[in-house]
Amino acid sequence: MKRVLEGSHAVAEAVRLAKAQVISAYPITPQTHIVEILSDYCSTGKMKAKFLRVESEHSALASLIGAQSSGVRTFTATSSQGLALMHELLHWASGARLPIVMAEVNRALGPGWNIWVDQTDSLSQRDTGWIQFYCEDSQEVLDTTLQAYRLAEEVNLPAMVVLDAFFLSHTYEPVDIPDEKDVDRFLPPYAPKFQLDPANPCAFGQLVTPAFYMEMRHDIDRAMGLALTSFIEIEEAYARLFKRRYGVVEAVQCDDADVVFLTSGTVTGTCRLVLKALREKGEKVGILKVKLFRPSPVEQIRAALRSAKKVAVIDRNCSFGAGGIFAQEVRAALCNQPGHPLVYSYIAGIGGRDVTPELLEEIYWKTRNSEVPEKDSIWMGLQEVVHGTRRA
Amino acid sequence: MELDALDQELMYSGHTGCPGCGATIAMRFLLKALGDKTVVVMPASCWSVIAGPYPQCAVKVPLIHSAFETGGAVASGVRAALDLKGDKETTVVTWAGDGGTFDIGFQALSGAVERNEDFIYVCYDNEAYMNTGIQRSSSTPYGAWTTTTPGTDWKKLRKKNIVEALVAHRIPYAATANIAFPEDLVRKAQKAKSIKGSRFIHIFASCPTGWRIPSEMSIKIARMAVQTNIFPLYEVEDGVRYTINYKPREYLVREYFKLQGRFRHLTDKDLDEIQEMVNEDWELLLRKADAHA
Ligand SMILES: Cc1ncc(C[n+]2csc(CCOP(=O)(O)OP(=O)(O)O)c2C)c(N)n1
Ligand code: SF4
Ligand SMILES: [Mg+2]
Repeated sequence: MKRVLEGSHAVAEAVRLAKAQVISAYPITPQTHIVEILSDYCSTGKMKAKFLRVESEHSALASLIGAQSSGVRTFTATSSQGLALMHELLHWASGARLPIVMAEVNRALGPGWNIWVDQTDSLSQRDTGWIQFYCEDSQEVLDTTLQAYRLAEEVNLPAMVVLDAFFLSHTYEPVDIPDEKDVDRFLPPYAPKFQLDPANPCAFGQLVTPAFYMEMRHDIDRAMGLALTSFIEIEEAYARLFKRRYGVVEAVQCDDADVVFLTSGTVTGTCRLVLKALREKGEKVGILKVKLFRPSPVEQIRAALRSAKKVAVIDRNCSFGAGGIFAQEVRAALCNQPGHPLVYSYIAGIGGRDVTPELLEEIYWKTRNSEVPEKDSIWMGLQEVVHGTRRA
Repeated sequence: MELDALDQELMYSGHTGCPGCGATIAMRFLLKALGDKTVVVMPASCWSVIAGPYPQCAVKVPLIHSAFETGGAVASGVRAALDLKGDKETTVVTWAGDGGTFDIGFQALSGAVERNEDFIYVCYDNEAYMNTGIQRSSSTPYGAWTTTTPGTDWKKLRKKNIVEALVAHRIPYAATANIAFPEDLVRKAQKAKSIKGSRFIHIFASCPTGWRIPSEMSIKIARMAVQTNIFPLYEVEDGVRYTINYKPREYLVREYFKLQGRFRHLTDKDLDEIQEMVNEDWELLLRKADAHA
C-alpha cells in the first residue's frame, strides 16, 4: 500500500512491521517524530510492545541491553548529542552481541547548537561494532530497517539505520508499505541464541582475562565480515518478495566514467540530477553511492571504481585534523590496488548547509581540471566574511 | 519469615572476594531470601570481580553484568522483556555498590523508580569505590580516609542519605539492612519480593581491605554501626510510613571509630563532633517515625 510519509514515519512503520517488543527512547530533535508515533502505537495496542520512557539516551540503550539479553526484539532512535551520550553502551551492545536496531537521524553536534544535518555524529561511532546503513530516501529507510533486523539477528550485532535530519526525517514522500504477512515471511519472530533464563542460569558480560578476550573481539570482527555477505543474500530475499534492491553500494554509470562522485545519504539524490546534466554535456561522470558503511564494502568499492581515473568524495562530516571520513575509507579501500583512481576529498553541507546542484557541479569541474588532489580535504562553499570579519 | 529459605544456597564458596568481605555475605543472604527465580543485574563494582572470571560464576542465578551507571536502566529493560514473555514470577534485582548507586548510577536509579519499575534495587554499601582502590564516594562518611581523601584531607563532608533520597520518590518500599543482622536482612528481602513496583534495600557491608580492619572484625564492626546509631535499621513504606526496627544506643560512636584504620587520624574533638552529627540524624529519624506512627 502506498502512503505519503515522512522519513520518520517510514522508520516507525518498519518498526511496527518488524514487531519490535521493547522500545526505549529519549526525545531529541529531529528524532522525535519517530518515537512519538511508536509511543502512540504502543499505547493504543497497535503494537504489542512496551515503550520505556526513560530519563536519558544512555538509559534508553542500557534498558535495551537488558531487554534484548532477556530474549526480545528491541528498537531505539536518537540523534547527535543523544548518540554521543550512548557511546559507552554502543560498545557494550556489540560486545554483548545483541542485535539491537536503532534509527539514527544525522544531526550536527554542539556547540553551537545546531539541529540540522551532519554525519559526524554517527561516523564518529564507526569503531563501536555497529552495522551502519546510510539511506537516500524514505522508501529505502523503511526497507533497510526491516533488513537491518534480519541481518542483525543473523550475525548477532547491533545495527544503525542512518537518515539525514529534515531532508529525510521530515520530508514527505510516497512510500510503499509492505503487507504484514509478507513481512512476517521475510522476518520471522525473534529467536534469541542466548537469553537470561532462571531455568538455565548463565552469566553474561563478566570479567574476561587476556586468555579469552582477544578471541571474543576477533569473533566480532568475523561477524562483521559475515554481515557483508549475509546482507547481500538478505537483499536478494527481500527483492524476491518486495521487488526492491539497493545494494551495499550503488554504482551509477561508473563503467565508462572518468570522474566518479562518491556520495551517501540525501546528497545522492541531488547528485543524480547533476549527473544527468553533466552527461548531457558529454562529460564522463558517474556516482558511487555508499549505503553500507560498516562493515566496509571494500570489494564493491574497488570493483565500482575499477576504471575511474578520479573519485570526488563528498563528505558531510569531518574528522578534525584528518578530513572527510568517507574519503579516508575510500583511500583505505583503494591503496593496495595498482593504478587506482586519485581520491579528491570535499567537505560540504556541514551543519545543514545546502549541498546544491551548483556546488556539486563546481566540485566536478574542480576535480576534472586538477592534476593531483590536494593534501587536505577541501571545504566547499565557505564564506570569506562572517559578520563583517574577514576570516584569515 | 520463611526460615527454610536460609538452607538454600545460591552462591558458590569459590568466589574471589577478600576474606571477611561484607559484600559477599550480603549477596549470600539476599539470594537465600529471593530464591532461584531471580535475575541479577550487576553494574561495575567489586562484585564484577567477586562473581568470577569467564567462564566461571559465583552465583547460581542468571546474572547480567552491566556498565557502571546503568543499574536502574538495564533492570527496567529486563523487566519489560520478562513481562512481554509472560514471566511474572521472576524477580529482577539490581545489585550495585555505593558508587554505582549514590553517584554515577543515581540518575538511572531515580529515573527507574520514578517510573515505578517493578524491580528490587539493592545497594551494598562499603562506603567507597573499592574496586578501583578505595576512592571516596558520596557515601564515604565524615571523617574517613580514602586514597582520594588522604592525610589531613580526610573527608569533611557528610555521607549522602540515600534512603531518604529514595523515599522522596515515594517508592512502595525502602529499607536498610546490615550483614550482622541476617534475619532482618532476609525478612526485608522477602518482604520486598512480595511487593510490586520499585523497592530499595540499602545493605551496610563492611570491607576489611578498604576500612583497614582485620577480616575477622567484619561482622562485629557492621553490628556496631547499628548499635551506635550510625546506620539505623528501618523501613519506609510508600514514602511515608517509617518503622525503626532496632532502637539501640549501646555504644558511643568513638568505640566504632577506634577500631578502624580509616578513622585513625581523628582527634577526640573530631569524634565529639561526629557524635553530635549521629545524634542529630537519629533524632531526625525518630521524629519522622513518630510523625507517621
Ligand atoms: C563509566 C565508568 N567509570 C569508571 C569505572 C571504573 N569503576 C569500576 S567499579 C568502580 C567503583 C565501584 O564502586 P562501588 O559502586 O562503591 O562498588 P565497590 O567497588 O565499592 O564494591 C569504578 C570507579 C567504570 N567501570 N565505568
Ligand atoms: S575490597 Fe572490600 S568489598 Fe571489595 S572484595 Fe575486598 S573486602 Fe570485599
Ligand atoms: Mg563501594
